[in-house]
Amino acid sequence: MDGIRFTLNGREVVYDGSAADRLLDVLRDIYRCTSVKCGCKEGECGACSVLMDGVLYNSCCVAMGAVEGASVVTMEGFRETERFHVLEKAFGEVSAVQCGFCIPGMVLAAEALLSRNPHPTEDDIREGLSGNLCRCTGYNAIVNAVSIAAKEGDGLW
Amino acid sequence: MDRISESVVKKDHLPKVSGRSVYVADYPTEGVLFGKLLHGKVARAKVLDVDVPELPEGYFYVDARDVPGDNNVNIVLDDTPVFCRETVEYIGEPIAMLCGPDEKTVERLRDACVVHYEEQEPVLDIRTADHVFFDYHFGHGDVDKAFAEADKVYDEEFETGYQEQAYLEPQGMMAVPEEGGRMFVHGSAQCAYYVHGAVMRVLGCGPAGVHILQDVTGGGFGGKEAFPSILGCQVAVAAHKCGKPVRCVFDRREDMEYTSKRHPSLCRYRVAVKDGRVTAMDIDVKFNAGAYSTLSAVVLQRGIIASPGIYNVPNLRVHGSAVKTNTSPCGAYRGFGAPQTFFAVEMMMDHIARDLGVDSLPFKEAHLVKQGDATSTCGKYHFPVPIPAMIAEVDAECDYRAKRERYARPQTGRYRRGIGMSMYFHGAGFTGSGERDLIKAVAKLRKYADGTVEILASNGEIGQGVRTTFPKIVANELNLPLEKVYYDHPDTARVPDSGPTVASRSLMVVGELLRRAAIKLREQWIDGVEQEVEERFREPDFMIPFYIDKFQGDAYPTYAWAVNAIEVEVDTYTGITKILGAYGSFDVGTPIDYNVVLGQMEGGFLQGIGYASIEKMDYDAKGRIRNNSFSDYLIPTTKDVPNLKCMLHVEKYPDGPYGAKGAGELPLVGAPGAYVEAMEQALGGVRLHHAPFTAEDTLAVIAKEGL
Repeated sequence: MDGIRFTLNGREVVYDGSAADRLLDVLRDIYRCTSVKCGCKEGECGACSVLMDGVLYNSCCVAMGAVEGASVVTMEGFRETERFHVLEKAFGEVSAVQCGFCIPGMVLAAEALLSRNPHPTEDDIREGLSGNLCRCTGYNAIVNAVSIAAKEGDGLW
Repeated sequence: MDRISESVVKKDHLPKVSGRSVYVADYPTEGVLFGKLLHGKVARAKVLDVDVPELPEGYFYVDARDVPGDNNVNIVLDDTPVFCRETVEYIGEPIAMLCGPDEKTVERLRDACVVHYEEQEPVLDIRTADHVFFDYHFGHGDVDKAFAEADKVYDEEFETGYQEQAYLEPQGMMAVPEEGGRMFVHGSAQCAYYVHGAVMRVLGCGPAGVHILQDVTGGGFGGKEAFPSILGCQVAVAAHKCGKPVRCVFDRREDMEYTSKRHPSLCRYRVAVKDGRVTAMDIDVKFNAGAYSTLSAVVLQRGIIASPGIYNVPNLRVHGSAVKTNTSPCGAYRGFGAPQTFFAVEMMMDHIARDLGVDSLPFKEAHLVKQGDATSTCGKYHFPVPIPAMIAEVDAECDYRAKRERYARPQTGRYRRGIGMSMYFHGAGFTGSGERDLIKAVAKLRKYADGTVEILASNGEIGQGVRTTFPKIVANELNLPLEKVYYDHPDTARVPDSGPTVASRSLMVVGELLRRAAIKLREQWIDGVEQEVEERFREPDFMIPFYIDKFQGDAYPTYAWAVNAIEVEVDTYTGITKILGAYGSFDVGTPIDYNVVLGQMEGGFLQGIGYASIEKMDYDAKGRIRNNSFSDYLIPTTKDVPNLKCMLHVEKYPDGPYGAKGAGELPLVGAPGAYVEAMEQALGGVRLHHAPFTAEDTLAVIAKEGL
């Protein structure tokens, strides 16, 4: 086998391990993308969310075989973008970050949402983030942050 | 709003939001051994023998025989073993740790271990459990006389279930043997010095033989108060044996099943009423402690002190016990015993009121404590009790009284509505004389030659904001920009013991020490030189001394107060309840940062609503916890309570920094009382006695009542 080719944060990589390995483990252990958090390893919490071709996935539920040819973006890549800057600022403004463990996944969920719906209502935001658990905030601040980012970053998405 | 309350961007915001913060699982794996616990699989048994598979080179089996010091983890008592003794007392009890360089190999070796047990019948029912860890009695007045003279006597039982902290980052600790023989333990934890004391004892070394660093911690909520001491001891013993760094990070199922949770409770309230007023309460509180005593003594103390609620009860008798069962040891969880008893007393007051033909709100209002009144332990409410104003605030926000009256009328149709209210306090700081006699907090400020100031204290940032609020206090007193003051995660090798990150105490108690230290530094400030100042805890002089043997005196210097209202709509076809609104007024004194405090209130309130409604965890007839994943144990998502409104009411506390009181735990405490009262109303006025009250419970009532 030639190895699994994919793009990670804009860089072409070839993974030589098993096609059955978890994307989550590979991102953390091989590529040292430790912003991708392991909260449950069964697709329930969203802490390991990444973007694959712009779509939000729980990386714990993705086998490496499914990554062939895809473009994977983690916070390590996303934090270099202008969109991140707008989201980061909005999250900071309303103190939407407490323990921080869910946050990289949450911000990527916001990115996935705003990419398909740049002007979401509060209900849209709550729906878009509903696969990402946060135990600290009660979600109000996070929802507000995404709403602020959508306004401040008008035109970016 | 005071200037100090104006929100800033939190100091740990950027590293966290950008994913750069290093949690314990994020340290590089090179040269670090994976540690995996071999958990007992039966609830109660003698461990006869363990068949350990042949271990490849570089792999280790670590158990009680490898503990160089004492095989007991220092918590309150010392009954929790690091690795099991001759018996296992609950499903999941650690028997050994397998360590080695390859994770999958370690797991395979662990799973190949065969444990031979001589099984015994486990004790699983707290009604019949006869091993009592802690047993307390207190009260005042003449309870028997009040019951003899009563017009009516009420006698009801209330139950609450487990609650899992469900911090998003699972438990994890790592131990690194350092040159010179010192052991470095770091990880996800609330209380670096608790881990320090525990590891010292287990390694049999002095204070300098070990140091503990709190890593960036992905949520605690009490769950990382005592448990990291246990896991920290296990990895320290393993690293000591292996001579290499050892890290153990739990997976979610392991964490949910085997780590400490909120104590399930069974409370019996007997209440005497004369001329429409409560004249006496005779309360029996029983907590399921699980297999070891861990923090149950102090959890129970807080629970029973709160058991008469915020009402004047002229004659009171309280009995509290924490009993042993062969289940995972319970421990600290935000609220710390009080959510259980506040639920019981709020429901009891509601039931009495309805029996007397009045609504629960005016009935409770008629019994409310006020400034100057005696507390349940014959201490005093030294400061104003702002509950009436807070009730008015909540009423104004959600039209409580009108809805309460409207929903009380007979309802028909598929959807039925209800609204309920709870009112309560949270005693700020350690219970009783703990701050003065046990913790004796010390905090320091170190000023460097360049004029930056470092805060030296042991309170851990767990999301609650102390890395921001502590520097805000110090910068304010020193008239420095916030960038010039910083607070890193504590390492016991370089910070004094300012006490644990628990009991809603960090900001109120340690924050005040830092404020005083900053004033001292300001007075001594010399440009261009390094300076250090220190402050020590002093008990406020107004306190009535507390005696734990009699449960008498001021259990807390002051109280944070709250009023919650929850409005529900029940779908009688499905049993599913929609929360139309959750409204809370919270008084935690001056917010040191408005956003930080609001975030605590919103997060805590939602956790409380989860506890009241969907967070159901139980064990089966063998003592095995059945709800061990986020599929089986549901916590609220973004969509569960979109209409969550928290308001801050400020009653300043003169001995807290700028008037701040304890905040973190308060918002969780009252949700079950408000929610279940709302459910009663939506379900046609039934009397309910337990929380969580789930969709299944709702369906059962609908079927029984023919709604």
